[in-house]
Amino acid sequence: MHRLLFEKVGNGIYLSHLDLMRVFQRAFLRAGVSLKHSSGFSPRAYVSVALPLSVGVESVCELLDYELANDAPVPGDLAQRLNATMPEGIRVLEVYESDRKIRDLGLLRAQLTLEYDGGVPENAISSIEALLNGESVIVPKHTKRGEVETDILPMISEWSVSQTDVNTISVNVLVAAQEPSLNPLLLITAIERYQPECAPDFAICRRVEVYDRGGAVFR
Amino acid sequence: MTDKLHRILPTVQKPARYIGGEYRQVIKEKKDVNIRVAFCFPDTYEIGMSNLGLRILYGVLNRIPDVWCERVFMPWGDMADAMQENDIPLYALESKDPVKDFDLVSFSIGYEMSYLNILNMMLLSGIAPLAKDRGGLDEIVFAGGVCAYNPEPLADFFDFFVLGEGEDVIIELMDIYRTAKQEQWQKDRFLKEVSKIEGVYVPSFYEHIYGEDGALCEIRALCGAPKTVKKRIVQSFDDSFFPVDGIVPSTEIVHDRANLEVFRGCIRGCRFCQAGYCYRPVRPRNADTLLRQAQQVLADSGNQEITLASLSTSDYKQLEQLALPLIDFCEPRMVNVSLPSLRADNFSRELMMKVQKVRKSGLTFAPEAGTQRLRDAINKNVTEAEILETCATAFSGGWNNVKLYFMLGLPTETDEDVLGIAELTYKIIQVWKDNATNKKRGLTINLATAFFVPKPFTPFQWEAQITPEEYTRRVRLLKEQLHSRCVDYRYHGAELSFLEAVLARGDRRLAPVLLEAVKNGARLDSWNEYFRPEIWQKAFETCGVDPAWYAQRAYGKDEVLPWDTLSIGVNKAFFWRERERAYRGETTPSCREQCSGCGADKLLEGGVCDA
Ligand code: SF4
Repeated sequence: MHRLLFEKVGNGIYLSHLDLMRVFQRAFLRAGVSLKHSSGFSPRAYVSVALPLSVGVESVCELLDYELANDAPVPGDLAQRLNATMPEGIRVLEVYESDRKIRDLGLLRAQLTLEYDGGVPENAISSIEALLNGESVIVPKHTKRGEVETDILPMISEWSVSQTDVNTISVNVLVAAQEPSLNPLLLITAIERYQPECAPDFAICRRVEVYDRGGAVFR
Repeated sequence: MTDKLHRILPTVQKPARYIGGEYRQVIKEKKDVNIRVAFCFPDTYEIGMSNLGLRILYGVLNRIPDVWCERVFMPWGDMADAMQENDIPLYALESKDPVKDFDLVSFSIGYEMSYLNILNMMLLSGIAPLAKDRGGLDEIVFAGGVCAYNPEPLADFFDFFVLGEGEDVIIELMDIYRTAKQEQWQKDRFLKEVSKIEGVYVPSFYEHIYGEDGALCEIRALCGAPKTVKKRIVQSFDDSFFPVDGIVPSTEIVHDRANLEVFRGCIRGCRFCQAGYCYRPVRPRNADTLLRQAQQVLADSGNQEITLASLSTSDYKQLEQLALPLIDFCEPRMVNVSLPSLRADNFSRELMMKVQKVRKSGLTFAPEAGTQRLRDAINKNVTEAEILETCATAFSGGWNNVKLYFMLGLPTETDEDVLGIAELTYKIIQVWKDNATNKKRGLTINLATAFFVPKPFTPFQWEAQITPEEYTRRVRLLKEQLHSRCVDYRYHGAELSFLEAVLARGDRRLAPVLLEAVKNGARLDSWNEYFRPEIWQKAFETCGVDPAWYAQRAYGKDEVLPWDTLSIGVNKAFFWRERERAYRGETTPSCREQCSGCGADKLLEGGVCDA
């Protein structure tokens, strides 16, 4: 399977999943590389992005699978060619072959940056730690059956909280990525619900790494 | 810490349209730039980025080394509100710098219902909407586009208008502005200088005087301004600038495809069509040039669709030389070729079948009127036989989707003409029954009617628009006849087209109405979600202006028209002659068959039309 690793940062985070697919489909054509097309009434070029990000979330570990027309070989300089015409914020980091199935991707690490305009409130760190050390943290979560009150603690396997400067706290979490999956931003919802005095004015979420269920980096 | 803009972006719909950063946007070093232009399009990103004119002028301006042109679009309501709440002024997509900080602000105005977006964008930018309140050379706001042909309702808001094609004028304007900035001219002197450029209209140099009956009775040229201002055209269209390396939007836009501009102008003389007259005379681009541009633009953009853009593509003399090689080039690359505005009369079966192989799209006809009598009156040169023959060919080739466009309220229209639309529709259904190769898939007819709007610089510029009530009655009359399940009938709203008629032929007395409507929250009028006719109605009342006087009144033959200062190169006498022919039901041949002496040939250096 042809796979590539890319980042979605800066203003690239505002592109939707559909936008991103179109960006790649066109970037391949601009690079002079023809993608395999589905057959049928309106043929589509085949690209597939694993675990689509929500709009507004950054990532340095996105994976995209693709197939080339006529089973052509992957050009050695594909990454450079794609990057030469990418919009701001999207950059291919690595082009490689993989036999690992996306369904084996089980965990992802995210970094949340909590911004407090008036400075980090006193005891914010200990309050957030207490929340994560608690028995359960229940927030409304999107599921196939709609919005369901769910305990998110079982989906968080590691965490650490630290203050970065007078205005920001950084929360690093390792969360379940698939079946079930946890949007790390639900932690902010939890803080707003359980520790409203520690609710940040704004929060940024960055996906930093993906792993298989055994904890090894997934590629 | 994240700035205010980046905090609101995740909270609004489709934030990708507010960030720029697309492939091929132009970024320049500020220190290398003398003139910064904010090119504003008074509608959403998705509409504006689909506009070929914007893409051309963006390219022309940015090819000048010391000029940096950036794009500005109308934010959707949620974004506009969020920006206002957070004191974020309207900014240009490339640099994110506030519009107010630019040297020149220009607007491209293509349709009347975007007028309030212009004012909203000025207010969001912190720019004073009235030109007289802007004193500095760094506060110049100007406009171009089709609506500049009767810019009078906007005359108080703009310092000047550019008439006609902007490719050459814009360069001349930059030259004057560069000098003006270096020598620190006063705004007055700058306006006087630009008014000497052919095609530039400075409205403050003209006084409009109204008579006791309320009609305009005189336009007085002040400050030695020319009595009439004539539009500009590109003389050598074949080698005029075409953006083969334009911006590729990262997010979906309305016309998400590569464009080829096959020719400018139109040889037909449909009497309701403003574009048909305003882009005269017809000027084709060479098929070889177009093929080269097609290959370049596809390679550069990675687009999967290309379209031949013009007012009437079938009238392109080299259509076969262009379309066949283009299809041969595109097909193996999985690129879809779309051929809009093909006419029923010379739509070749070969071309139709070839295009179908790439992707099947619907057949489109715009007979505009339901009977031959009315089609003759509006000079829409298409016959029922041609439409039915083309349909028969298409249906036997497996097509099963037809789009039909008509107008209601055309001058001389009777109920018989309205019913004729339904009759033609049923004839098409019968042709499908007789010819369809695959009846199981069924037939879909998308039938749409627009509400006729009399436009300046057409033979119908003097006509009254029918009332919204009468239009609605005709819609109902038609609707009652359409009971087939395969017909999907849509019609334009009466209120929007009524306002369009008011603005299209409006004068300077509408400016306070526009300001009042904006003050009361009107914006994004061409979007159903936002259009609120009651705000307009109230604004007319508050300002004591009767909109019906503009829309539903027939203007007199000798009446001074608000746009009489301006010329598109076609004589007023020609328009009157055409109007009289319309009432006699006489057609006028196309420019290719016979020149009717409209006067547009005088715009050409050689003085001869290449029809
Ligand atoms: S001058 Fe004659 S050929 Fe040229 S646009 Fe007018 S009518 Fe057509």
